Amino acid sequence: MQYVKERKDSNRYKKQYVNVFVKYGSDGYITPMSIEWIDGSRYIIDRVVDVRRAASLKCGGTGLRYTVKIQGKQRMLFFEDMPERQRWFLETETGCTGV
Amino acid sequence: MERTILHVDANSFFASVECSLNPSIANKPVAVVGDVEKRRGIVLTANYVAKLGYGIKTGEAIWQAEQKCPELVKVRSNMHMYLHYSRLMREILSDYSDYVEPFGCDENWVELKGLLRGAGMEIAEKIRARMKAELGITVSIGVSFNKVFAKLGSDMKKPDAVTEITPENFKDKIWGLNAEALLYVGRKTKAKLNKRSIYTIGDLANTDKKLLCSWLGVNGAMLWDYANGLDASPVMPYGDPRVIKSIGNSTTCPRDLRNNTEVKTVLMVIAESVAERMRDHHVKGREISVAIRDNKLNWSSHQCRAERPTNISGEIYEYAFELFKESYTWERPIRSIGICVGKLCSEVCAEQLDLLGIADKRIKLEAIDRAADSLKRRFGRKVIGRARLLEDTQLSGVDPKMDHRLTPAGYMAR
Repeated sequence: MQYVKERKDSNRYKKQYVNVFVKYGSDGYITPMSIEWIDGSRYIIDRVVDVRRAASLKCGGTGLRYTVKIQGKQRMLFFEDMPERQRWFLETETGCTGV
Repeated sequence: MERTILHVDANSFFASVECSLNPSIANKPVAVVGDVEKRRGIVLTANYVAKLGYGIKTGEAIWQAEQKCPELVKVRSNMHMYLHYSRLMREILSDYSDYVEPFGCDENWVELKGLLRGAGMEIAEKIRARMKAELGITVSIGVSFNKVFAKLGSDMKKPDAVTEITPENFKDKIWGLNAEALLYVGRKTKAKLNKRSIYTIGDLANTDKKLLCSWLGVNGAMLWDYANGLDASPVMPYGDPRVIKSIGNSTTCPRDLRNNTEVKTVLMVIAESVAERMRDHHVKGREISVAIRDNKLNWSSHQCRAERPTNISGEIYEYAFELFKESYTWERPIRSIGICVGKLCSEVCAEQLDLLGIADKRIKLEAIDRAADSLKRRFGRKVIGRARLLEDTQLSGVDPKMDHRLTPAGYMAR
């Protein structure tokens, strides 16, 4: 199966749940504004490039995937909408020290 | 006008969801298993690596599967998660049509209306790609002009594939298949057909319809229609209350049942749960069936018709126990047992009164059940119960309400 191949080195990645500051717009849209990394440092989200439902092929699970620009770099921020709780996570490489 | 119907079937659904949630196990043999301590230690689903590479089958005991494949990754089933994914699947499908009818939790029929010919395939490909990208699970889709052929199509190529069956090619594609591939040809029907040297769907289609009726009753006519592509049953709109066709529960008991007293206890628990769920949905039912699986995993089911539509726990229990007594001869101890109530109608439908006062008595029984329901809602499920259930708390401790039945409700029963 093809999708197995795509996930070959899935052990390299870790699902990192993070605190996210969110704007609930009057238009009904929810926009993530900044991310608080586990060490407490804050990263401003410069721009949301794309939003769609997607499965995280690297870390597993599904949710609303926000493609965001942070300090010029592109990151995937997932809103995991499980029935019991809703959380935000980042796909990170194991051992990385910041967003 | 020719219809366009898709049957979307998630491949090894439970295992796919687990692999999607945890990609590091996706290319290992994975089996989703039941709870060993509650004696549900069987393989519920295995992924394709386990199925094709090691020959692991659904329904096998865990120890059998481990013998075939010692490095098997076993994952405990997580029903809430599967139902969540099942809902997400239906959400994707309802982007394309309002007519989405679930058949169990991992299969759906979708009727696409007002399309040009050939557009069905295009949409099926899109759905297949979206399921993979958005949920990380693979589906196989059958595209055809009726529900039965769409389902057959989805079974033909797996996983992650689309198969089209048209009025022009169905004879080549389908008639060569074994008769049991057809919906509602089970073990018993297959034996009956084989005895008359009907082995393929083509054989079935070319047999005289009247002859089939004389062998199989009304089902004979239905199967003949199915085999000839004449199935005209509609796809129900998503969320249509008519989609609830039966309410049932079954449970695998903590230990095998060996006598009528034990069966009485378990049936009582199940009847209460079924009746309570019926009252939750404000329905009554006329047809009561009991399904029994013995410890050699032989399965049989029997049904009877209630005199009046009912959702009274005690009545359902009595019908079920009568049915059980008539049909089971205690050749072997029983492993699991279930009750299902079908032919549902609204709770408030008109009812024939009588001179003997039975109707009055039933009103009282209903009131008792309702009082018990509201007590349970307010103070917890254990606050009130039948004295009978206190005799054997191991058996009565099963909670069928959390142990929902997943088999699709009768498709013929409309």
